[in-house]
Amino acid sequence: MKNDSAKSVELDRNDSVTRRDFLKKSLVGAGLLTLPGLLPGCTWEEFSQKHFSELAPAELEQVLRRLKDQYRRCYGREFQLSATGPLPETAFAYALDLSKCIGCRRCVYACAEENNLSRSDPQIHWIKVLRFPNGSMNPEDAERYYAPDKVPEEGYYYMPVQCQQCANPPCVKACPVQATWKEPDGMVVVDYNWCIGCRYCMAACPYDARHFNWAAPTLPINEINTHTHYLGNRPQEKNVVGKCTFCIQRVREGRYPACVEACPVGARKFGNLLDQDSEIRYILEHKRVFRFKEELNTQPNFYYYFS
Amino acid sequence: MMSSSLSIVPVFRFSDFRYLLTGLAVFFLFMLLPDTGLAVEPLQEYPVPPPPFSEGIFPCSDCHRDLEVNTKKRQLVDEHQDIRLHHAEQVRWCLDCHDANDRDRLRLTSGATIPFTESYLLCGQCHGTIYRDWRAGVHGKRTGFWRGPKRYLLCAHCHNPHAPAFVPLVPAPPPLKPRPGNDRVPTHEKRPH
Repeated sequence: MKNDSAKSVELDRNDSVTRRDFLKKSLVGAGLLTLPGLLPGCTWEEFSQKHFSELAPAELEQVLRRLKDQYRRCYGREFQLSATGPLPETAFAYALDLSKCIGCRRCVYACAEENNLSRSDPQIHWIKVLRFPNGSMNPEDAERYYAPDKVPEEGYYYMPVQCQQCANPPCVKACPVQATWKEPDGMVVVDYNWCIGCRYCMAACPYDARHFNWAAPTLPINEINTHTHYLGNRPQEKNVVGKCTFCIQRVREGRYPACVEACPVGARKFGNLLDQDSEIRYILEHKRVFRFKEELNTQPNFYYYFS
Repeated sequence: MMSSSLSIVPVFRFSDFRYLLTGLAVFFLFMLLPDTGLAVEPLQEYPVPPPPFSEGIFPCSDCHRDLEVNTKKRQLVDEHQDIRLHHAEQVRWCLDCHDANDRDRLRLTSGATIPFTESYLLCGQCHGTIYRDWRAGVHGKRTGFWRGPKRYLLCAHCHNPHAPAFVPLVPAPPPLKPRPGNDRVPTHEKRPH
């Protein structure tokens, strides 16, 4: 009996939608729908964009078109924005010869230019060069603000650190919204349009390889690189996390990453692990390589060696 | 199985000799042609940019053509004083690498001469392990395509052959330290240093 009466009350309530209630709820709903339009720099189209993996080719095309329009408005330049997919039978890896590196930081600035990183306020570098005293490999002894007249300096060696493109990436596991993932050809990438800026990935990364955009990037208009990739070097927005992608926009076209091209001593080597004739395979077969913080089981695709 | 009616043994006819005779004729004709001097260097195995010569110094024969060859090891006083040999200078001097008779070429220990664009062969005579790495694309800078044509650099592009130690560079500026004004770190993260 008690149950029955409860049910009838429920039914009564459902039936008695008054005109006032209806109008109230409709207004709230309409308000919610217009909210993204009221947020600065956010359109309904952008707000309702699907996850990258769920975008149909036509939808992806539309997203790229929208972003190109946005960049044209923002920077006054025509952008080439692609979303080239992973290459078949390719597993990218990187090797860096610590005996050769002279710590000149050419790679740092080449990276910033190639990847449209904010130049100052905030200054963002995806590569940092650590200076270690000879004999130490303890990151706590490392100095990154060294500024001598000439490099290399007596008694030190230099170790550039960037995203290690781990095979077991802790940052990917930390992301609560799957805005970052590992591509089949090896790069860990971020969808800047899906990132919510929680920075959990930054806390999870043992290499300090992820960088938060505290503000929209400050880019000199004439230094903008308009050759961009959706998952790589397109100008990032405020409040998203960016990271090295081995220059996805270059390497998926068969070219070397910008840091490889910039290194004046040829310490940086890049290639396809599945290609037996690649430089990277030669290094793995002939040099004594190690991986940074190997004990954390992140399994980097970035190898260091002394030659 | 092969059908017995299909003969696979070629029957030699006179007409087949025509090609042989034509071929021989062409060969002898070429032998008769005068040496035009157009013989080119064999196709380069490693594509390299032009060697890093000092301004206006090459071809060396421009000056050396009229000079008498003096193979006596000595201190140079008239020209090339800017060259400080610091590369096993106790046992070596100019004509160990530069060819005495053709100054536009280099000389290997075998006596063979090579153009400056193949100077890696000369360096490789002593620095074998480095030469091996260089050919694999591991020693030295490589640009271009990881999957496609690469541009090599000669040893001399990075190492002055007369004093090969790498010359120190001026480093690019250090990153800005994260403090308010330099970087937008919220002030509550400010810590005493």
